[in-house]
Amino acid sequence: MRLPPGTYFMQGNEACVEGAIMAGLRFYAGYPITPSTEVAEGLAMRMPEEGGVFIQMEDEMASISAAIGASWTGAKVMTATSGPGFSLMQESIGYAAMTETPLVVLDAMRAGPSTGMPTMVGQGDVMQSRYGSHGDYPVIVLAASTIQDMFDLTIRAFNLSERYRVPTILLSDAEVGHMRGKFTVPTKVEVIDRAVRTDKVWHDGFAYDESLVPRFPVFGRGSRVHVTGLSHDIAGYPTNDAEVHEELVRRLNDKVALHRKDICNVELTRPDCKVLVVTYGSPTFAAKEALRSSPELGMLELKTIWPFPEELVAKACSTVEEVIVMEMNLGQAFKEVERVACAVGCKRIRLFSKLGGDVPSPSELLRFIGAGG
Amino acid sequence: MEFFDLFREDRWPHMFCPGCGIGTVMNCFQRAFAETGMDQDRTVFVSGIGCSSRIIGYLRADSIHTTHGRALAVATGIKLANPDLNVVVFSGDGDIGAIGGNHFINAARRNIDISVFCINNYIYGMTGGQASTTTPYKSYSTTTPYGNKEYPFDLAELAVTAGANYVARWTVRNVKELMGSMQKAMQKRGFSFVEIASPCPTSFGRRNHMPEPKQMFEWLKIVSVRREKSQAWGLDQLDLNMGGQITIGEFVERNRMPFGMIA
Repeated sequence: MRLPPGTYFMQGNEACVEGAIMAGLRFYAGYPITPSTEVAEGLAMRMPEEGGVFIQMEDEMASISAAIGASWTGAKVMTATSGPGFSLMQESIGYAAMTETPLVVLDAMRAGPSTGMPTMVGQGDVMQSRYGSHGDYPVIVLAASTIQDMFDLTIRAFNLSERYRVPTILLSDAEVGHMRGKFTVPTKVEVIDRAVRTDKVWHDGFAYDESLVPRFPVFGRGSRVHVTGLSHDIAGYPTNDAEVHEELVRRLNDKVALHRKDICNVELTRPDCKVLVVTYGSPTFAAKEALRSSPELGMLELKTIWPFPEELVAKACSTVEEVIVMEMNLGQAFKEVERVACAVGCKRIRLFSKLGGDVPSPSELLRFIGAGG
Repeated sequence: MEFFDLFREDRWPHMFCPGCGIGTVMNCFQRAFAETGMDQDRTVFVSGIGCSSRIIGYLRADSIHTTHGRALAVATGIKLANPDLNVVVFSGDGDIGAIGGNHFINAARRNIDISVFCINNYIYGMTGGQASTTTPYKSYSTTTPYGNKEYPFDLAELAVTAGANYVARWTVRNVKELMGSMQKAMQKRGFSFVEIASPCPTSFGRRNHMPEPKQMFEWLKIVSVRREKSQAWGLDQLDLNMGGQITIGEFVERNRMPFGMIA
C-alpha cells in the first residue's frame, strides 16, 4: 500500500523507499553499500508487498544493468548506492543517457575519495554525478537536504526521468539518509508516467517531435525496436556517420537544455539579505540555524544541481553583497556559483568548505562569515 | 519461417568477416527458433560487446545491445520485470569469460530462465586479435606474441558447476547437434548455456598457422572430442581444451527450479 496522506516519522532512506513506491517503482536492483543500504533493505521488504521486484545483484554494474533491462519492459526502475558503487555505475549511466532509458539512481554520498569514511558524511560526488561517464551526455541531478526532500525529490526524480527519458540521480548524503525526522505525505501527489508508443516501430523507434523526447517502445509489444549504446539513427541502427552522431548527441543534450525551466529548482530564504549562503544537502541545517541568529544572512538551497540552475542562482546573487558557498568538498558547486555570480557583478564570492566526516556547525559558518569581514 | 522473417533484410549485408563462424550460428539459430514456435514479438534479444553481440542488431525483434560484459545482468532485469517474455542472449568469450564473468556465474547460480548462446572464437576479434580467457595455452595473439602463458577457462564446465539447468558445447561443424541444443535451450526452463566453438581466421587463425577458413574448420574437427569419449579416457587424459582440445556434447540437463519460481 502506498503511504496514505499524513505526517510520518522516518529515516531519510526509509522516506526515499516510500517516495519511490509512491512514484510507481516496479523494479529495484542493488548491491549493499553504506550509507544507502537501508534503501535496499526497505525495498526488499516493500517491493513484494507492492507486487514489484527486488533483486540483490552481484555488484553495482550488474545492479544498474538489471535496472536498465527492466526499464525497457516499461517498468519504473531504481538503484541506490554510494561513492565507490556510483563510480562503478558510471559507464551504464552514460549508456542509459545514450539509449534514453528512464532510470533513477540514489547516491548517498559519504566522505571520499576511495573507501574514505564509509559511515561518515561527504559531498564529493557533485562533479562525478554530472561528468562521471565518458562523452557529452545529459543527466539530471537533484539534491536532498531533508527527510521531506528524500520523499518529495525521489518522486520528482522519477517524474523527470520518465518525462524526459534521462537518467536522473538523487544526491543525498550519510546525514540526510540516516537522520530520522518528520515528513508529510500530501493529499495529492503528482506522478508522471512515460509516454509509450504502441504501434509497430520498425524503422523509427527513436523518432522525436519538438519536445525532443521520443515516445517509448516497450519490449514485448511488437515494436521490434533495436536499442544500442552505439551512435544510432532514428531507427536505432548503429552508424559511423558523423552527421547522424552529431544530431543524436546534440539532441540528447538539448533535450535537457530545452526543459531547464521545468527541471531546475532552488529554494530561496530571505532574498533581500546582504550575505547569501548557497548550499545543499545536510549543510543546509547549519545554514538554517545561522540564519536565525543573523538577520543579514539569506540562504539559497540548490534542489537541482545539474543542469546547474544558472538563471535562478544569478537572480539570487545579483542583489547581495556577498555570496558564501558552503559544501563538504573542495569546491565543486562553488565553481559553478562563482561563474554565474561573477557574471551578474557579484564582487565577493567565497567558499566555506569542510571535507566531510562531520557536518559544518552554525557557529563555524558564522565564524567563517565574520572572519571574512 | 524464412530467414528474413527473423532477420532484418534492410540491414544486409552483415559486417562479419569471410570465414567467420557467426553466419553458421545465425543460420542454425533461425532454424532452431522456427522449430520452437516461439513468438518473435514476445522474445527479447540481449547482447554485450564484440563480434557475436552484433547478431542481435540484425534480428527483427526487440533487441538490446548493452555495455561490455553486462548482457546477462540486463537480461536478468528484463526477465524478472516481465517473466512472460522469452529472453535470449548472444555473447562471446570476452563478455562471458572475462569482463562479465561474475554475471555469468551468478546468472547460472540463480538459474534465471534465459538462454545464452556464447560464440567462443578464442580471441578478441573485434579489437583485432588479443588473447581472451579462452585462448588456448601457447597460442599466439597480438597480446601473447610469445605464446599464451595462461590456461583457459572451460566455459561449459563453469556453467555446470555454477548451477545451469542445461549446458551444451558444439563447434560450428556440428550444425545438427547445435540446432537441437539451441532449441532445447530455448524450451528449457532455467538458465541454459550453449557454447559454440567458432572459427575466426582473421584474428585467431592468421596468427596460429590457420589463415584459411577451411584450415580452421579442419582444426575444429581435429581438436573436438565427444564428451562421452573423453569421459571414458578418464581425467588424466582430459585436457579441458587447455592445449587446444575441445570437449563437445551435452554437459548437463536437469530441472532445478528457476529463479522467481521458487515459492
